[in-house]
Amino acid sequence: MIDKTANQKAWFLVLPVVILVAFNALIPLMTVVNYSVQETFGNNLFFFEGVKWFEQILHSERFHASLLRQMAFTGIILLIEIPLGVAIALAMPKQGPWVSVCLVLMALPLLIPWNVVGAMWNIFALPDIGLLGKMINGMGFDYNFTQQPFAAWFTTILMDVWHWTSLVVLLAYAGLSSIPDAYYQAARIDGASAWSVFRFIQLPKMKRVLTIAILLRFMDSFMIYTEPFVLTGGGPGNTTTFLSIDLVKIALGQFDLGPAAAMSLIYFLIILVLSWIFYTLMMRNEEQ
Amino acid sequence: MKKTKWLVPTLYILFLLLPIYWLVSMSFKTTNEILGAFSLWPQEFTLSNYITIFTDPTWYNGYFNSLTYVGMNTLLSVSVALPAAYAFSRYRFLGDKHLFFWLLTNRMAPPAVFALPFFQLYSAVGLFDTPIAVALAHCLFNIPLAVWILEGFMSGVPKELDETAYVDGYSFWRFFIRIFIPTIAAGIGVVMFFCFMFSWVELLLAKTLTSVVAKPIAATMTRTASTSGYELGLLAAAGTLTIIPGAFVIYFVRNYIAKGFALGRV
Repeated sequence: MIDKTANQKAWFLVLPVVILVAFNALIPLMTVVNYSVQETFGNNLFFFEGVKWFEQILHSERFHASLLRQMAFTGIILLIEIPLGVAIALAMPKQGPWVSVCLVLMALPLLIPWNVVGAMWNIFALPDIGLLGKMINGMGFDYNFTQQPFAAWFTTILMDVWHWTSLVVLLAYAGLSSIPDAYYQAARIDGASAWSVFRFIQLPKMKRVLTIAILLRFMDSFMIYTEPFVLTGGGPGNTTTFLSIDLVKIALGQFDLGPAAAMSLIYFLIILVLSWIFYTLMMRNEEQ
Repeated sequence: MKKTKWLVPTLYILFLLLPIYWLVSMSFKTTNEILGAFSLWPQEFTLSNYITIFTDPTWYNGYFNSLTYVGMNTLLSVSVALPAAYAFSRYRFLGDKHLFFWLLTNRMAPPAVFALPFFQLYSAVGLFDTPIAVALAHCLFNIPLAVWILEGFMSGVPKELDETAYVDGYSFWRFFIRIFIPTIAAGIGVVMFFCFMFSWVELLLAKTLTSVVAKPIAATMTRTASTSGYELGLLAAAGTLTIIPGAFVIYFVRNYIAKGFALGRV
């Protein structure tokens, strides 16, 4: 940590960032707030409605259902991706030509446009023309993700694991490569088991990057829209309709601006509060 | 244990490459073959899907549009984030911590929340359907990320560097551009990688803010899929081509990624 000098002129350096982000964040946010308290019958006529939409959303079963699905999805992918990413990072070669090869190949899914990821998994998992669909059906399971809710969930989660585990691997690998060799030598002299090396050397060193990985994965999976929308369209039925998909359905499909805006604000608030908790914990760790 | 360790990354990479292989192999198949008999590799190898894309302006313009706004966004995000990150890493000023967290909250804003207001905002200022609109809109999440990563890198540079330069009579901007930026070149590489990545893969906002002239490739794909039936071969070829720019970028920054992650806070 650097000791910083007090200098109010530093605001001038931050100003361009503040202007650009404020233009993109404050104006749209105020638009959303504006809609969330009004009722419209078209013709650009708006009437003040107070907190009616918020009450309606908070009591709507549809919102509860999508929120529950969203939380289940985020929970499951965090439980799979974080340990899997750490395990793969631990097994990666530490040096040599294979490191570059591994990193380049693993980073590949991260740079594919999200709708292409959805489309790719769609044609990969379709039971009639997809490789995965054929394989699973060939093993004797009845699998069709366009009709069975369980298969749809399985495919969506597998797709997300495919798409994002690499981010955890890259971060965990970076944390691991910052451990000096001397630590491992000391552990060998002490006769430490592989488990205690992991528990007392590797895990503490990865703590910071892992918090970042969890934070990023939490935020991004909570906002997921394009990939499941292209893959399943939220179906079969509503079984894979996550919060963002539901929101876009209400806002652009039915054009119910008031409820959509109220839902947007509640949605944003949930992410904000949870991220704030993560962020505070992370900063406390860093100060120690 | 030691002998079988290489198996884990190998199996993982195999798992990563399988869907990509399926996409690429499908792009060389004819629509009849895709919908007809199941085959592991193209039986009637065809390049017609790629020829369609390279000769039809609605297709190849999509790539130019995407690359245009991604490039603009990357340059813009990095150039405004550099001085801001310097301010956060070196100075204390009124509201700095709150400002930093406020910036980060914008990384947490779901694009779905902002889609409609963005459409109205950019229509109102007359930028709708231009690459500039998308480039500016993507600043919403790329600038906070760029500031966050760069701040981490800059805090790793000892403050003595700045002080020595000022004693030697450098002005702030001359020091910043001649000495400081080259010092954190690796960090800038990592940040550019991330800005490119998140702008290239985002679709919801890019699609909302464009209609005809500036349509990104990803939107061209979804619209083609819904209008002219489901031409899977064409779709697969277009998808394959969207992987290539990303693969290039990874190849150029491959040495920075591991190093960069370790130094920076991301």
